Amino acid sequence: MSKPRIKFPETAKAGNIIEIKTLISHVMETGQRKDAEGKTVPRDIINSLVVSFAGQEFFRASLQPGISANPYISFYLRVPGPGDIRFIWTDDAGNSTIEELKLNVA
Amino acid sequence: MRLEIVDRRDFLVGAAAMAAVSIALAGPCAAQDRQQPLDEALKKIMGDAKPVDGKITLELPEIAENGNTVPFTLSVDSPMTEASYVKALHIFASGNPQIDVASFAFTPLSGRAAASSRMRLAKTQDVVAVAELSDGKFLLGKRTVKVTIGGCGG
Repeated sequence: MSKPRIKFPETAKAGNIIEIKTLISHVMETGQRKDAEGKTVPRDIINSLVVSFAGQEFFRASLQPGISANPYISFYLRVPGPGDIRFIWTDDAGNSTIEELKLNVA
Repeated sequence: MRLEIVDRRDFLVGAAAMAAVSIALAGPCAAQDRQQPLDEALKKIMGDAKPVDGKITLELPEIAENGNTVPFTLSVDSPMTEASYVKALHIFASGNPQIDVASFAFTPLSGRAAASSRMRLAKTQDVVAVAELSDGKFLLGKRTVKVTIGGCGG
């Protein structure tokens, strides 16, 4: 998995609701497709994204092969105050990509 | 004369390849709109409960030119407090070979019960969404999307 892209406002006020946008490169192979020799290409997808603020989970996406390649996912957070937002993407092989970003509160 | 033979051979090879591609695609693309798997999936979430009145918003294009990547947003108006919040939103593509697409789980810390992503649609079909509320109730929503070029993964 490549380095994901994450976007949210640089500063927010406590109590504000902010949108968080994420994008990660991945083929999201459905397991339905056949290759040139007629063999089924095995399923290989990112099946989850778990997001927490200061250790508290606030969003979880469970993904199926119906999600497009290079999954884009956006969602919201009610800003409790300054803290770190942690993102964990996990694929079918059990590999995880973890990102942690600071949320600045004005 | 020689050239002609080569052309004909190329044509045959090409035709054979095309046939192989259509056979490969026949499986997923031949999927019918299937009510039964959808009913089973809904029952798995809702049990015997019936959805209550209330609005779950499915933002989707009316016509998707490319079924490989169809943007969508699911949302429910909710105060998102400990007393009343949306626990989860589920989205299904009733005409895809595998109908479940994604589930999104929220907490009061989410602030809004909304999520966006992009989905694959094999063909024109109904997209169905279910909201699971913290009081044990459910909301159900549906939108038809016309698909010009199916996302069959070919």
